[in-house]
Amino acid sequence: MSITEDQARKVAHLARIAVDDAALPALARELNGILHFMEQLNEVDVTGVEPMTGVTPMRLKRRVDEVTTGSMADRILSNAPDAREGFFAVPKVVE
Amino acid sequence: MTDLNTLTIADARDALRKGDTTAVELTEACLTAIEGAGALNAFVHHTPDLARDMARAADARIKAGEATALTGIPLGIKDVFCVRGVPSQAASRILEGFRPEYESTVTQNLWNAGAVMLGKLNQDEFAMGSANESSCYGPAVNPWKVDDRQLTPGGSSGGSAAAVAADLCLAATGTDTGGSIRQPAAFTGIVGLKPTYGRVSRWGVIAYASSLDQAGPMTKTVRDAAIMLGAMASVDPQDSTSADVAVPDYESLLTGDIRGKRIGIPREYRVEGMPPEIDALWHKGAEMLRDAGAEIVDISLPHTKYALPAYYVIAPAEASSNLARYDGVRYGHRARLGQGDGITEMYEKTRAEGFGPEVQRRVMIGTYVLSAGFYDAYYNRARKVRALIKRDFEIAFAEGIDAILAPTTPSAAFGLGAMDSSDPVQMYLNDVFTVTLNLAGLPGIAVPVGQDKQGLPLGLQMFGRPFEEGELLNHALVLERAAGFVAKPRRWW
Repeated sequence: MSITEDQARKVAHLARIAVDDAALPALARELNGILHFMEQLNEVDVTGVEPMTGVTPMRLKRRVDEVTTGSMADRILSNAPDAREGFFAVPKVVE
Repeated sequence: MTDLNTLTIADARDALRKGDTTAVELTEACLTAIEGAGALNAFVHHTPDLARDMARAADARIKAGEATALTGIPLGIKDVFCVRGVPSQAASRILEGFRPEYESTVTQNLWNAGAVMLGKLNQDEFAMGSANESSCYGPAVNPWKVDDRQLTPGGSSGGSAAAVAADLCLAATGTDTGGSIRQPAAFTGIVGLKPTYGRVSRWGVIAYASSLDQAGPMTKTVRDAAIMLGAMASVDPQDSTSADVAVPDYESLLTGDIRGKRIGIPREYRVEGMPPEIDALWHKGAEMLRDAGAEIVDISLPHTKYALPAYYVIAPAEASSNLARYDGVRYGHRARLGQGDGITEMYEKTRAEGFGPEVQRRVMIGTYVLSAGFYDAYYNRARKVRALIKRDFEIAFAEGIDAILAPTTPSAAFGLGAMDSSDPVQMYLNDVFTVTLNLAGLPGIAVPVGQDKQGLPLGLQMFGRPFEEGELLNHALVLERAAGFVAKPRRWW
């Protein structure tokens, strides 16, 4: 498999990273180099092998479904680039 | 008395308890060393006022007879750990100005044990890199030098390694996703321990690849690693992958006796093009363990070769998901928007400005391998190969192997800027001996064992059984004693 400039543009968009058109050929080349390296994995016989999800065979822990913290909106907003009246502010989303 | 900043944790602890020195004096010695080491670019956020306050509190605790494991011990903290009120940005522009409102479990555990915070340490951006060159602060520099070139301290925990090797702090925290504790430890002649996945909480550690990330100590000696791991590790309800396994007193497990233990030498780690010096060091290390009464056994870990490509599918996939949170809304950098720009432009411009080239590359690779049509071919296949890599280790341990000995890195420290940045795969090859361990979730420790012909440190690493860090540390202690590595970098900074 190899990545075309168009596919590189699509990946960049899916990743929400702005890439200039002029930078696309180099990006496609780099991604291809990495993917080519990964293709070694095709040599391995993985028939009947379950994909691994976690390292330790353990059940995720559960706890009682109750509120354990809260009432700290100002602390949560303290690092926001733009916070107004107790909310995160973003550019207009709905016309 | 020797310069206080050059002490080990164990020696400083004894001196503090005997009243030979104070936490304030220790801390001042480190702060002075840090001030004089700007050229190493190891400390990137300094917290001297906090350090002095914590040192005074530690002295009061010692006086009251309430000293615990690390009371009064000055430490450096990798930038990736959230420390309340202190800049914590994982060396990324996208987290510029971020001051966490909460504390990571690891650092909280260290403060509870009485440790003193000197500041934040340089690293690769989001812990992605093997040379500390992807940092928004510029690279940390290795205190070891053989000519006029500046050498890399390794990555991603390069600032931690440089700081410990140059005696700017008594020890430091690191994180290891594919070798980021062990490789820099090897490049700087210090000890670096990656614990079993789940041993140390990930809460408040800025995430790279959640199924691989694990924090651990970077120290001057194996004993110090045992002391510090005991303080860092805990069972944490805030991290759902934190294992319910009690934390032993690791230091008390250091007996120095490994008679009758079986040490595996994995033949697949003898890779093509490996420098003869590394191979010779490996043989020497095996002999040291044999002389201590262990049995050396040739073993096979047949899927080793595929660890690197599997890692470079899985880690970027997890990173692309973890790093989706950097959207310019809740914290950190937001791009200046143009007329008519909407929320999509805000995301795309913010992330293009905030992420450096290596992070962008990994986020995009991760996005690609997770996208419809490629998920099975890349991501699922890599996860299946990961299962086989883990099985290799399980078979070795089931056959009675107690620990595994291997080189840590394929070379000694290389020059900053020596890797071709247009060929990322060349840099990835640095992790060839270290990534297997993260994929299998096992504990591993890098120990300085010798020097190359130029005088640069070289290390060996040992792998242990899951949650048996105590036994692993004991093996490492034997290797450390036999190797007798005492060389220090000559001060040029």
